[in-house]
Amino acid sequence: MTAVCGRRVRRSLLTRLIGGFSVVLLVGCTGGPWNNPYPPSENGRTIVYSSFEERPKHLDPARSYSANEAAFTGQIYEPPLQYHYLKRPYTLIPLTAVEIPRPFYLDAQHRRVSDQAPNGAIAYSVYEIQIAPGIRYQPHPAFAVDARGVPRYHHLSPQDLRNVFTLADFPLTGTRELIAEDYVYQIKRLAHPRLHSPIFGVMSEYIVGLSEYAATLEQAQASGEPDAYLDLGRYPLEGAVAMDRYRYRITLKGKYPQMLYWLAMPFFAPLPPEADRFYAQPGMAEKNLTLDWYPVGTGPYRLTVNNPNRQMILERNPNYHGERYPDEGEPEDTAAGLLRDAGAALPFIDQAIYSLEKESIPYWNKFLQGYYDVTGISSDSFDQAVKIGAQGDVALSDDMRAKGIRLITSVETSTFYLGFNLLDPVVGGYDDRARKLRQAISIAFDDEEFISIFRNGRGTPAQGPIPPGIFGAREGREGINPYVYDWVNDRPQRKSIDEARRLLAEAGYPNGRSAATGRPLLLHFDVTAGGPDDKARLDWVRKQFHKLSLELEIRDTDYNRFQDKMRAGNVQMFQWGWNADYPDPENFLFLLYGPNRKVGKNGENAGNYENPEFDRLFERMKTMENGPERRALIDRMVEIVRRDAPWAWGFHPKQFTLHHAWYQNAKPNLMANNTLKYKRVDPRLRRDLRVDWNRPMVWPVVVALALPVLVVFPAALRYARRNRSGR
Amino acid sequence: MSAYLLRRVLYAIPILIGVNLITFALFFIVNTPDNMARVHLGVKRVTADAIAKWKHERGYDKPRFVNPAASGLGKVTDTIFAEKSLSLFALQFGRADDGRDIGADIRQRMWPSLAIAVPSLLVGLLINITFGMVLAFFRGTYLDVWGVVLCVILLSISSLFYIIGGQYLIAKLLRLVPISGYDTGLAAAKFVVLPVAVGVLSGIGAGTRLYRTIFLEEMGKDYMRTARAKGFSEIRVLFGHGLKNALVPILTGVVAILPLLFLGSLILESFFGIPGLGSYTIDDIRSQDFAIVRAMVFLGSLLYIVGLVLTDVSYTVVDPRIRLR
Repeated sequence: MTAVCGRRVRRSLLTRLIGGFSVVLLVGCTGGPWNNPYPPSENGRTIVYSSFEERPKHLDPARSYSANEAAFTGQIYEPPLQYHYLKRPYTLIPLTAVEIPRPFYLDAQHRRVSDQAPNGAIAYSVYEIQIAPGIRYQPHPAFAVDARGVPRYHHLSPQDLRNVFTLADFPLTGTRELIAEDYVYQIKRLAHPRLHSPIFGVMSEYIVGLSEYAATLEQAQASGEPDAYLDLGRYPLEGAVAMDRYRYRITLKGKYPQMLYWLAMPFFAPLPPEADRFYAQPGMAEKNLTLDWYPVGTGPYRLTVNNPNRQMILERNPNYHGERYPDEGEPEDTAAGLLRDAGAALPFIDQAIYSLEKESIPYWNKFLQGYYDVTGISSDSFDQAVKIGAQGDVALSDDMRAKGIRLITSVETSTFYLGFNLLDPVVGGYDDRARKLRQAISIAFDDEEFISIFRNGRGTPAQGPIPPGIFGAREGREGINPYVYDWVNDRPQRKSIDEARRLLAEAGYPNGRSAATGRPLLLHFDVTAGGPDDKARLDWVRKQFHKLSLELEIRDTDYNRFQDKMRAGNVQMFQWGWNADYPDPENFLFLLYGPNRKVGKNGENAGNYENPEFDRLFERMKTMENGPERRALIDRMVEIVRRDAPWAWGFHPKQFTLHHAWYQNAKPNLMANNTLKYKRVDPRLRRDLRVDWNRPMVWPVVVALALPVLVVFPAALRYARRNRSGR
Repeated sequence: MSAYLLRRVLYAIPILIGVNLITFALFFIVNTPDNMARVHLGVKRVTADAIAKWKHERGYDKPRFVNPAASGLGKVTDTIFAEKSLSLFALQFGRADDGRDIGADIRQRMWPSLAIAVPSLLVGLLINITFGMVLAFFRGTYLDVWGVVLCVILLSISSLFYIIGGQYLIAKLLRLVPISGYDTGLAAAKFVVLPVAVGVLSGIGAGTRLYRTIFLEEMGKDYMRTARAKGFSEIRVLFGHGLKNALVPILTGVVAILPLLFLGSLILESFFGIPGLGSYTIDDIRSQDFAIVRAMVFLGSLLYIVGLVLTDVSYTVVDPRIRLR
């Protein structure tokens, strides 16, 4: 009986194994991808797949400032304004506002003055913003009320929170209409002592009463429990007032036209006080139930899963007020199919799933397998993806084209430069000697070669501080920096190294030696280098200086020490960069504004450049509307800094993005963060291509498993023979 | 044995204080609280006032080791070191500098680490012991010679090569499993297969050589000769007698690393997108989150001590001649 049972069990096990193997083979033959990292239930759904490398630190709109955070906050929060998705140059359009607010101006006695009044006569700018009625927040427990209309979750005890771990553990949710007071509340939060909003410093220079408001809140907080809810509604702010249910007013000191750009950022998105009150309850923060973890907005998406250890999921907001796809753009947009959805209701995507992906190689391979929709191109994969022709023209490789992958390129609104510390006794200063030394180095430092070697051609040499596409940047011959380039054969050509040597000699360093002492000129370059790639880069930098027979000492340090040295002015030369906050020349030219210097002021003028004429022009230019007069001022300012050469102007990076054929309406918009709502995917095409590209191959595994048996078999045979023969 | 264990626990306290002290000193030599504040507040438009407030809220504006302004015991306790370290001894890890609950993070992230580490250990042991025995069994034959050569080759290869090679071959060329990612429950299986296979393969060279040596040593002992002299077959001698005794050093070695399995593998988890504890520490060194760094170093030291104590205890279990006093 036992033996029969044993055989049955063995047979049953064998049957199961064979069955299992058959299923495996069958699945392989029918083409269901085994390497699909997503559950089969997601097949055919309009989902966008993307990734994050590290957890976004802040999703609170008063604190969030990084690009990786904006990928989420941009889809959830709705400031009053937004950038037009397709139009260039970047154009502001209303989002929740009814129209773009036009400021009116007041003098010091609060009397209205004309728009054309001189800056000195304008003491205040007033922006009155009207928002559209009927916009509602995403479902959220902070809005849940009981039958009597009393908030259901605003007085939670530790007992109530015992089984709560995520926001989804609250069974009830609610919503309410967006009102102007919510925008005012958020502006007040910029001064909240616990939030450390990164723009509090800059906004307190402009929003009337914001600095004083911060002091008031600090006092209020000091008088209560440190973590207790601070009811900002009890403390009015002079510079931000709700006029009625749908209108609010922001009053600024002086004239600041750039305010409109700030109104397109999540810093100025509405925040319902109920959410702050809800999250401020004791025991919430300990469970990561905070606004930094679960944002509350009116936008097209809401964050339903926030597991930064694995996945973050944006889902369509069921209460979204709706919007239409733009029906106009640039002339080439129609041919590119970007206007096919003109007038269609947004958003198109139901869900966006962001998975934790720390390394670029797995990300790239999963993109090729169809499991991510969009990717940038790392240096490792560049040659596999892109071909660069003899004339520098860029095209996709044959493999990529065969897969239907598309390439989009755009020059970023960023700049990376080699900076000189103008306080340094050798490279700094404003006399002819120092200026010519910096100009000579600017010529020798071959950015075209740098872009070609270290960035696979992904960059445009900079002719000044303003990137292309921003008002004030000039193209063609009139746009070149005449101190570094000549215009030859209809293109800029870097001046010869002989010209640089001549300038160096005029600066008092013929052949790289001091004319006074005969000693070789030794310069110092401060960097934060890490890996082996940096070594090649630094060798290249050394080579640039050797062209002028200059000796270069590279002072490598960690990022913290480097920052300390920059703040103390203990550097001679350095590399630095800036990414635009908004598409206005002020946001780049302020990097060279004297009162904004790094040493002593902790500003963003890293080279500590101070030119009184430039500063005067900057103060005039920053409050002007775009137009011929402003352009003329910018031209003059750019000429001053090109001559003074506080930076070797470096380059503006070029963004290369690949996307699959099923991913549609993709157009780079480097200013807008809320672009997910415009994207569309064809899930059927994606499913079919994934199956086609990912058919599993089993036979090599069978061979690999059989190999050890085959290797051992002869030895085992010999052993058995030896045993049988008794030796 | 209780007295021995109590003594080891008491010894652990100064060791853990020392580890904390060294971690604290090393961390603050590289990072000042100002640097930490800047990293957390962002790189753009950070004001000195915001930095001062950030430090004050987290207690980083206090003196590091001695507070001359305080009185009595406060001179020592009202310092960054005391405030940040004492609670660890009650396994209260507190909150990260960006507000996260570290204990919750550890509890969540240890499971993916274990999902990789435990199968890797068990399958690796099984394969390494089997291969070690096979090589020892066929000692002196072509199998042994080429097996050892292969082992040396395998252990000379960087673990990064196994990872990238494994992803390329299994996930990209053969398309059998996902390249990276993780899921919960049974759905985790397809994500775990490749990292476990890579973990096992990368350990085969060193493991097989070690176990081969252990088995060869056992095979030369008197009791094995006696067994052979009794006429037992070589297979019975090796499996019936040799294996049992060879398992003593193997098991005690394994027990030592058992607690450390919680801490996961840094590179493996990073490349396979496994949200375990392996990458947790290094991520937070990068983001200069001292709260997490000290918590993880403390936990690592504690688990290491536990591992050593368990090893001692395991000796008494597998070898009755040993007594712990």
